[in-house]
Order: sequence, then C-alpha cells, then structure tokens
Amino acid sequence: MSSTSTTGTDWTRRSAAELADALAAGEVTSVELTQAHLDRIAAVDGDADAGVHAFLHVDAEGALEQARASDARRAAGEPASYLDGVPIAVKDVMTTTGLPTTCGSKMLEGWVPPYDSTVVAKLKAAGLPILGKTNMDEFAMGSSTEHSAYGPTRNPWDLTRIPGGSGGGSAAAVAAFEAPLAIGTDTGGSIRQPGAVTGTVGVKPTYGGVSRHGLVALANSLDQAGPVTRTVLDSALLHELIGGHDPLDSTSISEAVPALVDAARQGASGDVSGLRVGVITELRGGEGWQPGVLARFDEALEALVAAGAEVVEVSCPNIVHAIAAYYLILPAECSSNLAKFDAMRYGLRVLPEGVESPSAEAVMRASRDAGFGDEVKRRIILGTYALSSGYYDAYYGQAQKLRTLISRDFTAAFEQVDVLVSPTAPTTAFALGEKLDDPLAMYAGDLATIPANLAGIPGISVPAGLADEDGLPVGFQVLAPALADDRVYRVGAAVEALLEKKWGHALWAQAPELTTRQGADA
Amino acid sequence: MSASTEDLMDFDAALERYDPALGLEVHVELNTATKMFCGCPATFGGEPNSQVCPTCLGLPGAMPAVNAKAVESAIRIGLALNCEIAEWCRFARKNYFYPDMPKNFQTSQYDEPIAFDGYLDVDVEGETFRVEIERAHMEEDTGKSTHVGGATGRIHGAEYSLVDYNRAGIPLIEIVTRPITGAGEKAPAVARAYVAQLRDLIVALGVSEARMDQGNLRADVNLSLAPKGSERLGTRSETKNVNSFRSVERAVRFEVSRHAARLEAGLSVVQETRHFHEDSGITTSGREKSDAEDYRYFPEPDLVPVAPSREWVEELRATLPENPTAKRARLQTTWGFTDLEMRDTVGAGAFGLVEQTVAAGAAPQAARKWWVAELARRAKDAGVELAEVGVTPAQVAEVQGLVDAGTINDKLARQVFDGLLAGEGTPAEIVEARGLAIVSDDGALGAAVDNAIAANPDVAQKIRDGKHAAAGALIGAVMKEMRGQADAGRVRELVLEKLA
Amino acid sequence: MPDTPPVLTRDQVAHLADLARIDLSDDELDHLAPQLSVILESVAAIQGVAGDDVPPTSHPIPMTNVFREDVVRPGLTAEQALSGAPAAEQQRFSVPRILGDEQ
Repeated sequence: MSSTSTTGTDWTRRSAAELADALAAGEVTSVELTQAHLDRIAAVDGDADAGVHAFLHVDAEGALEQARASDARRAAGEPASYLDGVPIAVKDVMTTTGLPTTCGSKMLEGWVPPYDSTVVAKLKAAGLPILGKTNMDEFAMGSSTEHSAYGPTRNPWDLTRIPGGSGGGSAAAVAAFEAPLAIGTDTGGSIRQPGAVTGTVGVKPTYGGVSRHGLVALANSLDQAGPVTRTVLDSALLHELIGGHDPLDSTSISEAVPALVDAARQGASGDVSGLRVGVITELRGGEGWQPGVLARFDEALEALVAAGAEVVEVSCPNIVHAIAAYYLILPAECSSNLAKFDAMRYGLRVLPEGVESPSAEAVMRASRDAGFGDEVKRRIILGTYALSSGYYDAYYGQAQKLRTLISRDFTAAFEQVDVLVSPTAPTTAFALGEKLDDPLAMYAGDLATIPANLAGIPGISVPAGLADEDGLPVGFQVLAPALADDRVYRVGAAVEALLEKKWGHALWAQAPELTTRQGADA
Repeated sequence: MSASTEDLMDFDAALERYDPALGLEVHVELNTATKMFCGCPATFGGEPNSQVCPTCLGLPGAMPAVNAKAVESAIRIGLALNCEIAEWCRFARKNYFYPDMPKNFQTSQYDEPIAFDGYLDVDVEGETFRVEIERAHMEEDTGKSTHVGGATGRIHGAEYSLVDYNRAGIPLIEIVTRPITGAGEKAPAVARAYVAQLRDLIVALGVSEARMDQGNLRADVNLSLAPKGSERLGTRSETKNVNSFRSVERAVRFEVSRHAARLEAGLSVVQETRHFHEDSGITTSGREKSDAEDYRYFPEPDLVPVAPSREWVEELRATLPENPTAKRARLQTTWGFTDLEMRDTVGAGAFGLVEQTVAAGAAPQAARKWWVAELARRAKDAGVELAEVGVTPAQVAEVQGLVDAGTINDKLARQVFDGLLAGEGTPAEIVEARGLAIVSDDGALGAAVDNAIAANPDVAQKIRDGKHAAAGALIGAVMKEMRGQADAGRVRELVLEKLA
Repeated sequence: MPDTPPVLTRDQVAHLADLARIDLSDDELDHLAPQLSVILESVAAIQGVAGDDVPPTSHPIPMTNVFREDVVRPGLTAEQALSGAPAAEQQRFSVPRILGDEQ
C-alpha cells in the first residue's frame, strides 16, 4: 500500500481481487498489469547467483499475448472469469505446453511437455496470463528450494535466508510482488511452509480437491496443488477456479468445491463467536521451537479468543510419528514415480564415460546419476529399500498403518473442535546452506505440516507477524476435516483480519524493499 | 547360451522316473476399443507411436484411469473360469526397468487379483482333466522394440533398438494355473488342451481376438520334475512366449527331457527363464531368476480400489456363454458325430471352427470333413494352428455351398482353397477366375461325348451292344477333355443316350 | 526386521542403487550410505507403533470403482510424442542396445 511506481499506481502491490476489480472497472488493462509484473521480475528476480530467483522460466511474450487476448475479451464484454487478465506464476512441477517443465531438475532441462496439466488448462481457460514457471526443490524434495538444480530461491524478507520449500519459488514470487497469484503443490507442507516463512498465504486443499493430472508426482497419495497468494480471499478465488473433479485424475473427489470465496468474505468480518478452536498439544512447542514463533502464534490465539472463539488444547498423540511415516511413504512412492526418468523417451541422456557402445541399462544408470541431485538419490534409495521384499511390511506397511492412526486422531479431535491450529513451521526462515547436509534437521521442520498430508485434510497458513528474534515472518496454520476447506478459509480470513486490524496494515506492507540485483556481489 | 547342446533324456524314460508338474501363465490381450488406463485406441497396426498419449507414454504428470470395459472382461473371464470375483481389489505397481515399458513399472495386480480360485475342465483324448486356476488379474502391455544392426534383427548383437509404444497400455488379463500334477505322460497333451480350450472360451466370451500368431494370446510354460512318488516339487523353468498350441506341447516335452537328463546326471535344474524356438523345438536359457528381480510391488497410488458389486457380477454371469463341456456334449448330439469323430474334431482344434461353419450354413459332416481332413493337413504343412490357416469358417461354408449347388465338386473345392490361401478373392470369385465351374451345359458336354465316341469306336460299339460297364472309358475321356470340370453323372447319361 | 539393526551398509546401498539404476560413484556411496543409515534409524522408530489390528491407509479419502468409459479420446501425434526424445528414427524412439532378454 505504501509503494508507488513512477506512473502512479503500483499494480504489483495490489491483491488479485483488487486487480480483478480494477480490470472490471476499466481502470487498467491486463497488458498493463502483466507488464508491471514482468518489469518487477526483471528488476528483482535476478538469477541463480543473485536476486530472489523465484523464476526458472519467464514467458514475457506468452504472458503478454494472453493478456492481449484477455483485454480483447473484456472489451467485448465477455471475460472468461472474475480473474480473467490477472497474471499468475506456476510452480515448475506442473506441465505446460510451450513452456519448459523441469521440476527443478537437470533431468528435465529443456523439456517442453506436449500437454497441459489440468490446473494449467483451467488457468488458461479462465484467462490468467502465465508469467512463468517458479523454482522448486528438485522434484519437490526439500523444504528450502536449495535442492533446485538451477540454484536456490532467496527469501525476499532476507536474501541470505531460504524461502521454504519445495515451493519456495512460488511463495517468493508472491512475497516479492513479482506475481499476485501462484500455483504451488504441497506434499508435506510445500505450499504452507514457504507461505509461513515468506509472509504469504498458502492453502493445501483436501486431497483430491484439485486435479493432479499434469502435476509431476512426488508422492501420489500425498500431493495436492493449491493457491499461493498474499491474501486469504485471493487464495479462495484461485482455489475455486482450479478445484473440482477431473476424470483424468481417478483420485480426484467428486464433491463440488465448497463456497470458499463466501467463507473467506465471511471470515474477514472477524466474527468467530462460537467457533471451537483446538490447539494441537504436540505442536505447541518444545525442543526445536523458536520462541518468537510461539509468541506470534499465541498472539493470534488471543485475537481469536477476543473475537469470541473458544480455544482448547487437543491431543493428537500419533502425529509425533508423522515425520517417520512420511519419510517412508514418500521415498517409496517417489522411487517408483521417478523410475520413468531413464533417458529413453525424454529428458537428459548421458553416455557413460569410457564405454564403447554402451547398453540402454548403462545409459540409464549414467543418466540417472548425472541427472538427479543428492536429495533425490537419497530418497530413491531409501524408497527402494522400503519397498524391497522382506522390508515392505516393516516400513511401507507400517507407515500406511500410521496414517490410519493419525487420521483417527484427527477424526476424534474434530469431534471436539471445528478447526485445529498450530504454528505452520517451528522456526522462521533459516540461513541458506544451514541444513543442507543434515537431512534430518531439514525434515524436522515439516512436523507441523506433514500430518495434514497423511490424513488428506485441508490446511492454510496465514501470516502471523514477525518473530522478535530475527524480524522474519511466522505462519499460523488452520486445519479442518476433509471436504471442509471452507472452514480453513473462514478461520484463516478471520485471523488475517484480526491481526491486520491489530497491526494497522497487512504484513506484506512491512516487506523490505528489494533493489535491482540486490544480493549481487558485484 | 550352450543350451542347444544340452543333454536330453528320452521322454518315456523320463516319465518312468519323474512326475512332471506343469504351470501355465496365459496372457490374453483384450479387444477393448481403448487401452487399459487411457483413451488411446487399442487396435493393432497403426503407424508407430501414433496411438499414444501422455499416460501410455509415461510422460511426467500423466495419470491413469481404469477402462470399465476391461474390468468387465476380466470379471467375465474369471466367471467363465469358475473363479471367485474379488469383492475389493487393487492395482499394484510392478517395478522394473525395461526400455519398452514407459514408466519403468507395470501397472498390474499383485496379491489382490480380481478373480481367483477357479478351474477349467479340459478334454484330453476323451478324458476330462481339471486344471485349477489360481488367479486371473488385470495388467497392461508393453511397447514393442525393433532391433537394429547385428546379424539377425534379434536383441542379441543389435547395435540399438527402436521403440514403438502403440502397444503400451493395451489391456491384458493374465491367467495363472495352480501346479498341474498327476498328468504323467499326458502332461504335454494337457498343456496343449488347456491352452486350446482356454482360447475357445476366450473366443466364445468375445473378449479378445485370441490369435496366438498375433500375440493376442501368449503362453508361458512352467515345468518342474519330482522323483516319482515324491511329494515335493522340483525347481522349475519358465519357458516364455510359446506361440502355438503345438509349441506348448513341444515345449513341455522338451523341458521334461531336459530336466530329467540334468537330474539324472546329478545336476540341479536352474530356476530360469527359457525361450522356445519354433524352428528347432528346443528351449534355450534366458536370464537367471535372481534377487535382482525384486519387483517392489505396492498398491498403485494413482488408482482407487475396484470393488465390483455382487449385482454387477451376477449381471455379467448371465452374459456368459454355455459351459464348454456341456456345449461339446450338446453339439455332438446335434451334429450326429460319433465319439471318434468328435474326439478328432476337438483334437484338431476344429471344434469352434466347425461350429462356426455350421452356423454359416454348412452341414456338420461337411464342415468336419473340410476342417479335420483338408485344412488340418494344410495347417500342419504350413506349421500353423488350424484357426490361423488362412481360411475362415464363413469361407468354408461358402465353398461347401458351391459343392451343394453342383457348381463344383470336392476335388475342385480343393483348388478353391488353394485360391483362398493365395488371397485370390471370395470362393465364388475364385471359381469364376480360375474357370472351375462344372460344365453341365449339354451343348459343350455333347460335343465332348461325340468326340469321345468318334475317338473310341470299339468302346462305343460295346456299349451299343449293351455292355454299359464299358461306359467308364468314355466318361474318363470326356472328363479328361473337360479337365475335370464336368458332372460325371450327366456325362454318363449323355453317353448312354447317344449310344442307345 | 525389528531384530536386525536398521543400518544400511555400503554394499546394501550399492545394491539398492543398482536396483534403482543409479550409477553411484565411490564418493557418493561413501557420502550417502551413512546419511541413509541415520535417516533409516530415525524412521524405523515407527515399527511396532501400529498393531496388527490397524488397517493400512493407501488413500486418505476412501473411494472405489472410479472407471472410464471405453471410448477413444484424442491423444498425441507421433511428432508430439517424439518431441522430447533424445534420439528418434523411423518415427520410433531410438534407444541404446538392450541387454538381457526379449520381454
């Protein structure tokens, strides 16, 4: 709200809903909006060495062409949707015709899919110009975006810090005003945790609520695509647009998308009287929890109580095993999913050195060694082990049973309360490189987000302020029963409204200014 | 690879000392319009890589969706094999790397097959033998590789390979028997009869083209030997892709002799995959089964369980064709075949063909005669299954129709079959083009008779003297002049008339 | 399983990498094997938490019988199919010589 550009209004500082209204009112064209965001990207995104580096591919030409088509529709009085003409960024894990889809991996460098993911097809049908593809941990494996083969994304709040992961690119793009909207995917928190550490809003829908067709699978039974935005209302608008049953995804649910925009508007009134809020005992602090995170979380709780909510503590005892279960299920599924990257049909092909006329098998081995990074190899090998005969029951089988126990804990909890809440992540953004060679420490940061993926329930992370120790964003997570996505929007919007009222502004208004090529060593 | 030099024991001698245990795994390629998990056509023979989509090409992000018709066909096959149909079952991923498998896992079923615990009663030389079915499950086919370079176009020695994924994802049903023991010296015949009668059943269900030569039906033959009287099963070999009924029988015979020779020499049988060679009738070693073959099965997370309602199962049961054993008994009576004729018909693999030929209008005995004598001989000469000899039941019925109408006789009919096998058109077209029609026009015949009388005055005189038996010589001369295309009865009448 | 310590030896990691068709270098094996042991030890903690009576959850939202009608849908052209191929010839994917057997 503070910053303005030389031409007057800085369109990059507006919410998507505001942009849609401005488009509808004829105050601005989609070409102008799109150009403003492309300019912002050019100014602050930089590259692997400096800048935010939220984008792996920017499609200026394609986005402007879509923007022109949008303006033509609007001029003809036939906008394709409310968000027609509002630009968006898409995580590089979603297939896009005409745009590379690398999943942050060398394995897919330069691969241009011959088909659109269902989510992207819906965005195109609704008229949202696609600015480009955002950076991510390789094949979505990671919590910091440092595992991208193309260099890390940097947190716009502090360019020496991680933006969270795996969808650090989408969150950072939105936090740095490079895009008003972005698509993320959340397997163990990859939308919500980046949202928390970049001061943005991220939603993981109910499993099956958004089609996975064209989402390059990490762990099929956990993956969900969802919105990444700066406001809860924007997430609701985007979620309604991309959600719904898809016959191409057999695991997509047939239930209609709940009225999310209505829920967000209702929540924005700040009235939560009668709402029963459960604080998850196991995610309430302890070793590894940063005091500043807990302080902001408590303030948000107090705001809810002051607005009429009833807050109680609820135990979900089995979620202490969630990380272990997750790090068995995920590697198992991904070891199989990633087998297709074998240098035969697409992607990187590397010939082994010093071998004359190498066999297909030798080329597969050499290509997979060259094309995959360390984290991917770790998980593939762990998953191969977990699925091996003789180990299946002890590992994958046990992990699947734990999912049952965790789901039962949630079911029991939701008999007592309407929503469950916790801090989204135990700490604020850590320094780039800090946990890169300590996988367990990295995994531990996902403890609050993983349980929702295991149980398939929806969750939102909304900004809860800045931690006192480091001045970095903290996220407040709201979880609801499966299919009750509207509840996370209602409560998320209420928290957002109550805190903004308390602060007198949105959190992102406090975001530091980024200068062109900031962080460059030159 | 020195398998061709492997020692063999005489088959009969082997069976004096060992009991064979058979296991058969048959893959049936369904004739659905689309593939198992995507909407690509499942038809045979398109341009390379023209019947593919992101799903069957295994592109990143693409998801599978189960073909309802394939599930229906699987259930019908299961029911026809007297199986239980699972109330709840899942697809599973079978993980292994192979360039013609787009995802490097095959979506199959593992410990939860859609159908299990069934049987098929097969007729073997007049006896009924019950083959127990362990399971029938759904899975997808792989792509097809063409090997370039090297001497033979085979995989070994090739410089590189070219892959076409049109076949990848076509629905397959894999039918697995329990170990078949107690067949003794009839083991090869039981194996053959099982595959042949399973094929008949699949054809009757209408769920597959079921042509072995086209790979619609592929059999793997597992065999082990145990010392006579011993309870335990021996180490088994698995002979892959045996492509005809006759080859099934030969592969069993060969493996019995090979296993016996090894055991007799104090060698162990290696658990391995073997390949059958149609030309020589032998099997050669493929890859050894090892712990490297850890398929790491787990439930396919992109698909939800299949839970066929009992109502659906019963609806499908009502669509099943008649039980094959009952049907054979019924048709034997209807057709008026003797036991021997029936046994020969079934043994020649002609039962279904005769049935279809009769349905197309031919008399049962005529249909049997063509298939079991004439066409079976031709199939044997060509080294193919009778069903794949190149003549259809409808064509046989049409040929017999021409015989019945007096247009041709049996001898000429054989020439019509020559024409059919040479692809010269329909039977009627062949008769026309080859000028095979019997001449019954008295003008042409009369001239030929006059010529014969003129050329054989002595014979003519004998006939005038009342020695009608002498007419044969004149008739022969006329038939010769007419190149066989004359109605011999009419010729005789004309000769006698003219010399009365 | 629970009676053996959940540690992955270097040889086991090499075998698993072989199963997964990844040509790990000696350096990578040295580096990954201890990391994997630490991870495995940590995740192995779940063994025995859920009893035999607990059914596994493979899908968080239970559904059954999701089928597609047997109707042809347009797919890709051969050109599109081959667009990402590292090598192609005669409208087919060209792959290096295949070891082992015909499938």
